[in-house]
Amino acid sequence: MTVRTPRIGVVTFPGSLDDRDALRAIATMGGEAVPLWHADADLRGVDAVVLPGGFSYGDYLRCGAIARFAPVMEEVVRFADRGSPVLGICNGFQILCESGLLPGALIRNRSLRFVCRNVWLRVETSLTVVTNELTPGETVQIPIKHGEGQWVATPEQLDRVEDGNLVVFRYASREGIVDAAHNPNGATDNIAGVRNEAGNVVGLMPHPEHAVDPDIGPVGGQPLFASLLRSALVGIAT
Amino acid sequence: MTEPPLHQRLGLRDDELARIEATLGREPNPTELAMYAVMWSEHCSYKSSKIYLRTLPTEGEAVLVGPGQDAGAVDIGDGTAVVFKIESHSHPSAIEPYQGAATGVGGIVRDIVSMGARPVALLDPLMFGPLQQERNRWLLSGVVAGIGGYGNCIGVPTVGGEVRFAEPHSANPTVNVMCVGIADADRLMTAQSHTPQVGSLLVLYGASTGRDGIGGVSVLASATLEDGSEASRPSVQIGDPFTEKLLIEATLELVGEDVLEGLQDLGGAGITCAVSESAARAGMGVRLDLDAVPLRARGMEPFEILTSESQERMLAIVHPTRLEDVDRICSRWGLSTAVIGELVPGGELTVTSAGAVAASVPARSLADDGPEYDRPATPPAQAASSAEDPTFVPYDGDPADALRALLAAPNIASKRWIYEQYDRLVQGNSVAGPGSDAALVRVGSKALALSTDGKGRFGALDPYLGSVHSVAEAARNVAVTGARPLAITNCLNFGDPEQPEVMWQFAESIRGIRDACLALGTPVTGGNVSFYNGSGGSAIDPTPVIGMLGLLADHRLRVPGGFPRPRLSIHLLGETFAELGGSEFAQTVLGNAGGRPPAIDLERERALLRLLEEAAAETILASAHDCADGGLAVALAECAIAGGNGFAVAVPGDLPAHVTLFAESASRAVVAVDPADEERLLGLAAARGVPVARLGETGGPRALIDGLLDVPVAELAGIWEGAIPLLLGEAV
Repeated sequence: MTVRTPRIGVVTFPGSLDDRDALRAIATMGGEAVPLWHADADLRGVDAVVLPGGFSYGDYLRCGAIARFAPVMEEVVRFADRGSPVLGICNGFQILCESGLLPGALIRNRSLRFVCRNVWLRVETSLTVVTNELTPGETVQIPIKHGEGQWVATPEQLDRVEDGNLVVFRYASREGIVDAAHNPNGATDNIAGVRNEAGNVVGLMPHPEHAVDPDIGPVGGQPLFASLLRSALVGIAT
Repeated sequence: MTEPPLHQRLGLRDDELARIEATLGREPNPTELAMYAVMWSEHCSYKSSKIYLRTLPTEGEAVLVGPGQDAGAVDIGDGTAVVFKIESHSHPSAIEPYQGAATGVGGIVRDIVSMGARPVALLDPLMFGPLQQERNRWLLSGVVAGIGGYGNCIGVPTVGGEVRFAEPHSANPTVNVMCVGIADADRLMTAQSHTPQVGSLLVLYGASTGRDGIGGVSVLASATLEDGSEASRPSVQIGDPFTEKLLIEATLELVGEDVLEGLQDLGGAGITCAVSESAARAGMGVRLDLDAVPLRARGMEPFEILTSESQERMLAIVHPTRLEDVDRICSRWGLSTAVIGELVPGGELTVTSAGAVAASVPARSLADDGPEYDRPATPPAQAASSAEDPTFVPYDGDPADALRALLAAPNIASKRWIYEQYDRLVQGNSVAGPGSDAALVRVGSKALALSTDGKGRFGALDPYLGSVHSVAEAARNVAVTGARPLAITNCLNFGDPEQPEVMWQFAESIRGIRDACLALGTPVTGGNVSFYNGSGGSAIDPTPVIGMLGLLADHRLRVPGGFPRPRLSIHLLGETFAELGGSEFAQTVLGNAGGRPPAIDLERERALLRLLEEAAAETILASAHDCADGGLAVALAECAIAGGNGFAVAVPGDLPAHVTLFAESASRAVVAVDPADEERLLGLAAARGVPVARLGETGGPRALIDGLLDVPVAELAGIWEGAIPLLLGEAV
């Protein structure tokens, strides 16, 4: 097995905002950050893909609704189907739901207001590409910033998500208590992030790329990126 | 009743029409008249304020670009320039708060981008009438949503600002926005650094041109709003932040590849302003073809195309050989481009439409030769308030209750409900965001320290002192983080300049800014004047808002505002005097808005600023917080709430207790130091001549002032956090 630096791609759509931040977080955590462009059907041989936050194409129709038709997304879907790691953050999560890679949908926050604050997340499973360095039950602090982050699902979807252990993170107190007081957007069952059945595709509303630098704020995003880098390396090894 | 003549309907006076006729040697046609009306409006020409603005100090060793361009620029070393400017969008916001505030953000961001700088921070100073009134709640909610709705979509963090409430702003809220950008100093797009050639092309790129915002500068921004002002709604522009984001990225690529000879944003007065200013700056004329302008509405008249304030447009001056590069970069970002004219020798701006000449005027006469007025300025016949000076009103209430009331006062209460609606994190450099004395934005190993301050309540009592305090407080807010104040931009919010008393307030305010900036060494690099704020004969308080730029040499040495741990020694730097005039205590607890604002000695202020900077550089300060609104008691409570550590102090001096606790004397700060560093702090303070009083120490769950009050910090925090949501009818 050869050890090399995992290459992590970050897709820039028109209207992506946190793409540079995601690239920087990857570099900070020891990965090789690779910019990808929405109009190029080319993943440049990366080992993992991040769909960053922002307002792709202005989100004038529905968050993520147009981005899923971008040329790069066909490649991302193929990449995900092969079992390679894909992480969608905020708008990226919305794009993954719109693309059918993840269950559920994201609608306006219950308060009808944009909200930017640090929240605590309880880890629900370590069987994903961003939580394999975490233990279920532990909490991490990561900021949210979104106007449309209320995760909802049909009753059938919700059963599948809850029974299939597809919830990755729930909004919680620092001690891990999941209740309405710690739900910043009204998400069903306090769900902040979900995975696909294989665990290689994860979407979450909070922004781990804004939680890796101790000079700026909390560092709860570090283990997520560490997990992603490890998953990317595993992909290389196999 | 006969309709008034066209020039009057467009907002031009008879003598201004005569001046236009003298310039042209003939009568202007209606299209030309519309062009002069927007360019000679108060908003664009600064005709009432120019003679005063010239007296402001604008030079300093770090100043790269002073007033007169799209934004000022300051050198922060290592070849990096900071570009910054503040602007007002109060009039549109009074009519349509969401779009008014949103397009205000868009406009100031383009000012920064047109200097070739990447926007890295936004700050939003806002003033509303009391939240007890439903219309004011509607305005606040709409303005905040608009700022977020636009700012959150363009990838620029909103890191600060301030929100204040006062009855005079009920008629007309004050909505200012400041943007800060970063550029390589040698890549700045300035008139000096970039020289357009005869034959170079004018390229309009970004959004198409529609009927929105026609006459925004003349109809909205240069007259007082009256009842029925909803009819002005078509003059409010509509924002599209997605296109703005593309415009930012495309423009920065154009600048980065050195493709352009000139760059101008389109804001107030639209194409007329951008084209005439570009031509005047280049010392040339322009042949402008309106048929080439991409339109989004059918059948637009030449004057509509010329004065439309459609958003998200930029004008580049491009050598014909580089046109392909402009098209390539813009199309990569999905933006359309159109060559709408070219630079020609001479100075004439010739506008053609449908093959015929629609207007032909000297470009300079529009851009530079507007009227200039020395309007009558007289002090009010009687003092602003006849109420007794609150300093001498006896008070025997419970200081703890007074503190609770002050923490619940909207001017002091937590603004979390507001700033949580803003993305403060994007770009990943927000070392300190909203809620701090000054925002800190990391640039390499340094940090920019940014604060906006307006002291309308002091200004209402004494416009000169109000301005001096605004500059001093902005500088102090920057200095408590450890940074050195470098320069300011200002947004001068006033009533109707045709009222002699308003003009006097303006003149006094400028005198105050001048004195304070000279004393504190912070030159003025630009800004904006917003007149005609008020309605039905009442004006807002004279409210110059100061946007201060400071520099922290090492962001890791930043000093937090809250008490970070127990067993620190708490000191008050500066002195408290018997002066309650204009204080939040006088207003909220005594219901007295009279008296005089606190005195201020700018030499003392300067000494305090230097002391804070030195003590931070020597890592003596564990925390530092400006002591201003609400006085010492509120400052201590805020330190405790922010840091999660209580305090036990005794207050020295022989003033009445409520004066000591709540006076808003100038040039003070509350600092906490490790006991081992106390001697060094005293030594530095003595060298600077700054009085120091040891108050007590940090720790425990209570806010305790010996013999005066003893309240759990958690209770105070609950009051402080809950006040604004409560007024808005929401549980916390």
